Amino acid sequence: MSDAQTKPHETVDEDRRDFIHIATAATAVAGAGALAYVFVDQMNAASDTKAASSLDVDVSKVPVGGEIRVLIGGKPFFIRHRTPAEIRAAQSVDLSSLPDPQSDEERLVPMQSGEYNPAILVTSGSCTHLGCVPVGPAQGNTGDFGGWYCPCHGSHYDTSGRIRRGPAPANLPVPDYNWLSAAVINISL
Amino acid sequence: MSGHASTYEPKTGFTKWLDSRLPVVRLAYDSFVDFPTPKNLNYWYTFGGILAVCLMTQILTGVVLAMHYTATVDGAFASVERIMRDVPYGWLIRYIHSNGASMFFLAVYIHMFRGLYYGSYKAPREILWILGVVIFLLMMGTAFLGYVLPWGQMSYHGANVITGLIGAVPVIGDSIKAWLMGGPSIGNQTLQRFFSLHYLLPFMIAGVVILHIWALHVPGNNNPTGVEVRKDKEGLKQDTVPFHPYYTVKDGFAIVVFLIIFAAFVFYMPNVLGHADNYIEANPLVTPAHIVPEWYLLPFYAILRAITFNLGPIDAKLLGVIAMFGSIAVLFFLPWLDTSKVKSMRYRPVARQFFFGFVVAGLLLGWCGAANPDDPIIPMGSDKLVVSYTDANGNEATQTYEEYEAAATFREQKMSEGVEAIIAVEKAPAFRFVHLAQLLTLYYFAYFLVILPLLGLRENPKDEPASIHKAVLGHDRAAPAPAE
Repeated sequence: MSDAQTKPHETVDEDRRDFIHIATAATAVAGAGALAYVFVDQMNAASDTKAASSLDVDVSKVPVGGEIRVLIGGKPFFIRHRTPAEIRAAQSVDLSSLPDPQSDEERLVPMQSGEYNPAILVTSGSCTHLGCVPVGPAQGNTGDFGGWYCPCHGSHYDTSGRIRRGPAPANLPVPDYNWLSAAVINISL
Repeated sequence: MSGHASTYEPKTGFTKWLDSRLPVVRLAYDSFVDFPTPKNLNYWYTFGGILAVCLMTQILTGVVLAMHYTATVDGAFASVERIMRDVPYGWLIRYIHSNGASMFFLAVYIHMFRGLYYGSYKAPREILWILGVVIFLLMMGTAFLGYVLPWGQMSYHGANVITGLIGAVPVIGDSIKAWLMGGPSIGNQTLQRFFSLHYLLPFMIAGVVILHIWALHVPGNNNPTGVEVRKDKEGLKQDTVPFHPYYTVKDGFAIVVFLIIFAAFVFYMPNVLGHADNYIEANPLVTPAHIVPEWYLLPFYAILRAITFNLGPIDAKLLGVIAMFGSIAVLFFLPWLDTSKVKSMRYRPVARQFFFGFVVAGLLLGWCGAANPDDPIIPMGSDKLVVSYTDANGNEATQTYEEYEAAATFREQKMSEGVEAIIAVEKAPAFRFVHLAQLLTLYYFAYFLVILPLLGLRENPKDEPASIHKAVLGHDRAAPAPAE
């Protein structure tokens, strides 16, 4: 130690300095990155928000030709009890004429018995255009195709929740759900 | 902070002592008292001062409102009503804040059009202009966040539409959207972060405003002639006046007139610029029939909705979002898109016509943004009723009617024959709002991307005056080749 103090440094070890600079900067960047991760991740859904993401619904309470609307984690869902005429209309469409072709059966989930219950249609309640909630039978406007109509920008959905006309790019998505019994479904996000 | 030599001389012992430690009085003196300012600035140049007043008003009233506001989905709407009814003068402070946002945007749009007209974005003021666009973006963000806070119907569903825009981004859009909302939908956590950010952003605006003024004071003000102030001592003296008292008084007068208009809104029509739907508490299950943003965002909303067609692999929704953000992004490049060496439109008669066309296009885009895009502007014929049924041979057939009664009678007749018949409305062809918005959007982009770049190379501008001094004396009319 005393040697180093008495002997003046006449040369600078550039490699040694570069190493120190790079190592210091790398440590600082790693620290900043770790801190940034924490501050970015805190914006993601909290555990309690994630936990409130499924709901059991008794579909036998939905009147024929009507629908109920439920919120799961703040997201709206439609559960519609379709009339035989509405089911026929949904099944008889020429799929090639649809903007987002899907058969009616693809939009249903089989019950525990393996059979389909075409009377109950479950869809998301957010218009695929910009997320407005379309109006339906309860509001007295089912659009030009008998399903739903989005008043924001004029998207028409049919009785299977498929987009038929308007700016929306896709059908109303069918959420993940399963039949717990002949009358109760469990919808999860 | 300014590009001229300081003329401040501390007089007292205290100011001398302070000046050698923190020359803050010197900074203020050189920036706002003895700052050489072109002597021909007109009233369009007072909006910078007006905007400073707007920002201070919003921060002051906002800080007070935050003392009474509750940022929870159960408490927000009620706390705003409490401010309106129970907090002493709460109604006044909230109306100043809500109308203040509109006044802020009114002033900023005039300020920006002023800059466009007099070429204030051109060298050496590119950074000044870009900082202004940054402030404009921050203002739009702040206004959007603030509009969500009362938790009314328009707050909630407007926020839904705007966050939905982010979902249009391919692949990562949905994750970013969920990250911003802090969950699967807009909820309590979203309201809380929006409140926090709404409080933060105005101070960021204030920070950028300081940079904006700094970037103004290095090259100095532009002026209606677009001719730079001469830098030699005699020219500087002839072309400029000190900021105080000349422009403190002029700005002060303009601020008073502006505040009179502001007060007229606050006291006589505090809700005329808002939407009645926002006095209904947010209900995620019921979307208002007609979601529109506040008036100051309407032109951009119109551009978003004008894109109803796909372009190659990009669908209409994403393309609309790109167009909307592009309409602001293009402003960042304006200093290099305008190729003309002449700053002021006073001396660019052809460009001036296109500029006024641009102002009209902006206003009409606002009109389109407020309207239902499918509504006709110029109807071509009237809507018809089409009855569809299956004829005797089993083929699909239709019958068209003008009147409902005739169509209904025909349908009943078919139904009584045991044939299913459906009535549908066939919309008459028309020139609709969406068509107008498409034309205006085209003009908006063409103005920046085609007209300004080409015009600067091809037009014949009029002769500019030799100096601001000569222009003020009326010598700019028949200006021969300047002989220095």
